[in-house]
Amino acid sequence: MNELLLRSLTPSVLGILVRRGADFAAAEDAVQDALAEAVRVWPADPSPSSSSGAHPVRDPKGWLVTVAWRRFLDATRADTARRRREDLVGEETAPGPVSAVDDTLQLYFLCAHPSLTPSSAVALTLRAVGGLTTRQIADAYLVPEATMAQRISRAKRTVSGSGVSPDRTKPRARGRFDRPGDVATVLRVLYLVFNEGYSGDVDLAAESIRLTRQLAAAIDHPEVAGLLALMLLHHARRTARTAPDGSLVPLAEQDRGRWDTVLIAEGVEILQTALARDRLGEFQAQAAIAALHADAPTAEETDWAQIVEWYDELVRLTDSPVVRLNRAVAVGQADGPGAGLAALAVLDESLPRHDAVAAYLHERDGELTTAARLYAEAARKAPNLAERDHLTRQAARLNTRRSSR
Amino acid sequence: MAKYLLLKHYRGAPTPVNDVPMDRWTPEEIAAHMQYMNDFAARLERTGEFVDSQALAPGGTFVQYGGEGRPPVTDGPFAETKDLIAGWMVIDVDSYERAVELAGELSAAPGAGGKPIHEWLELRPFLTAPPTITE
Repeated sequence: MNELLLRSLTPSVLGILVRRGADFAAAEDAVQDALAEAVRVWPADPSPSSSSGAHPVRDPKGWLVTVAWRRFLDATRADTARRRREDLVGEETAPGPVSAVDDTLQLYFLCAHPSLTPSSAVALTLRAVGGLTTRQIADAYLVPEATMAQRISRAKRTVSGSGVSPDRTKPRARGRFDRPGDVATVLRVLYLVFNEGYSGDVDLAAESIRLTRQLAAAIDHPEVAGLLALMLLHHARRTARTAPDGSLVPLAEQDRGRWDTVLIAEGVEILQTALARDRLGEFQAQAAIAALHADAPTAEETDWAQIVEWYDELVRLTDSPVVRLNRAVAVGQADGPGAGLAALAVLDESLPRHDAVAAYLHERDGELTTAARLYAEAARKAPNLAERDHLTRQAARLNTRRSSR
Repeated sequence: MAKYLLLKHYRGAPTPVNDVPMDRWTPEEIAAHMQYMNDFAARLERTGEFVDSQALAPGGTFVQYGGEGRPPVTDGPFAETKDLIAGWMVIDVDSYERAVELAGELSAAPGAGGKPIHEWLELRPFLTAPPTITE
């Protein structure tokens, strides 16, 4: 049984059911049933070279649509609103072949529905578009399966409320969902998945790249390309980012020979095509910064002046204090630690990682006592273990150096 | 989403408003308290925010490495020490504000006289796995 094949077919099968008029929650249940059935009855080796000579299921997607639609009809007939829905179903003519792309696209936007919380949107996207099982999503987020099942079914109910109208006279192709999310929300959801970065049974970073690739193939939008480029450029540095013992390796100290040059080249190319369209957005700007890092043969040769310019663009686009904090680091590299500290001075000290940035700039400025104190303070506030250990080591390095003098 | 630990203490926390030891409660009051806790956990399961919860026995033992070739050193039970954890609940919520809100609700479990005990709960964020982007 090819799990990847099933996962890749899930969104289009679900999309077809929804387009045929199935309520989202019911359609999703029916597709899950069909997937379970496929796992049970499909041959283990679907390749044409297997002993049987050909895949008995010649059209896996068609097979799944048929089974899922049958399941949906069974469930619908058992429903209390049976008669009305049977009428609806009876009127439905079997649709001819259609592009699966539009259906899948609709699912992306549905899963980014504005009434969903970010965590619900993420869970629903992984389930409906990614085709992951509830258990896989629960494992990835380290919560019990029952909890994740509830999170997903609540999300399904939320978006189902805005589902198909039984009134067949109304046009249904557009406006079926009262307020599907916009592209920006879809991208944010995908970026959330990417940043989770948990690598267990399901590698969420790889999964989000797969989904973003799929989205980029379906929709022509510079920011979708920007996000895909950003993910690829970050992902290219993944193996160099941690030492074998799991500790963090800062960008400047990473072994650049371990960066994935194929991914970098692909990311840069996608980014350049997007930038050429002159519709800049925050993901393209972030990807441009990542590309400048990826482009530098050594940390010293990084083009910090250009990175500061991109941060200026990002500040203009987002006005985010976190972006200003990152900009202060870049300014410190481009114009010296004094300039970096000046850029930092106007920012709120309660910003996440403010102390870590201040510690770094003070160290480069030669104020080791202040730097050590700030590193220790930053370690206390670190949001994860790897970062805390890294900052604690930085503080310890300065403290032991001073005491050994 | 972020995970938080809600810690209940036998002692060590500030004195709750409705400070009557549980063994002075009526059986009905104890049942009501337990029901509240169970309902709370069940509700969080339905909202997709529940991760885990456990009650701990009051006894505990400090254990220490005893040196090469020697058995571990124990010092306890330490039921008399000032800080003692009674149990925990782990939640997975969208924001710190939501975690505080839920901790407040849990602290409102009924105690003696059916009134909320207002017990102090310790709210501790989990350290997470590093995100994909750290530089």
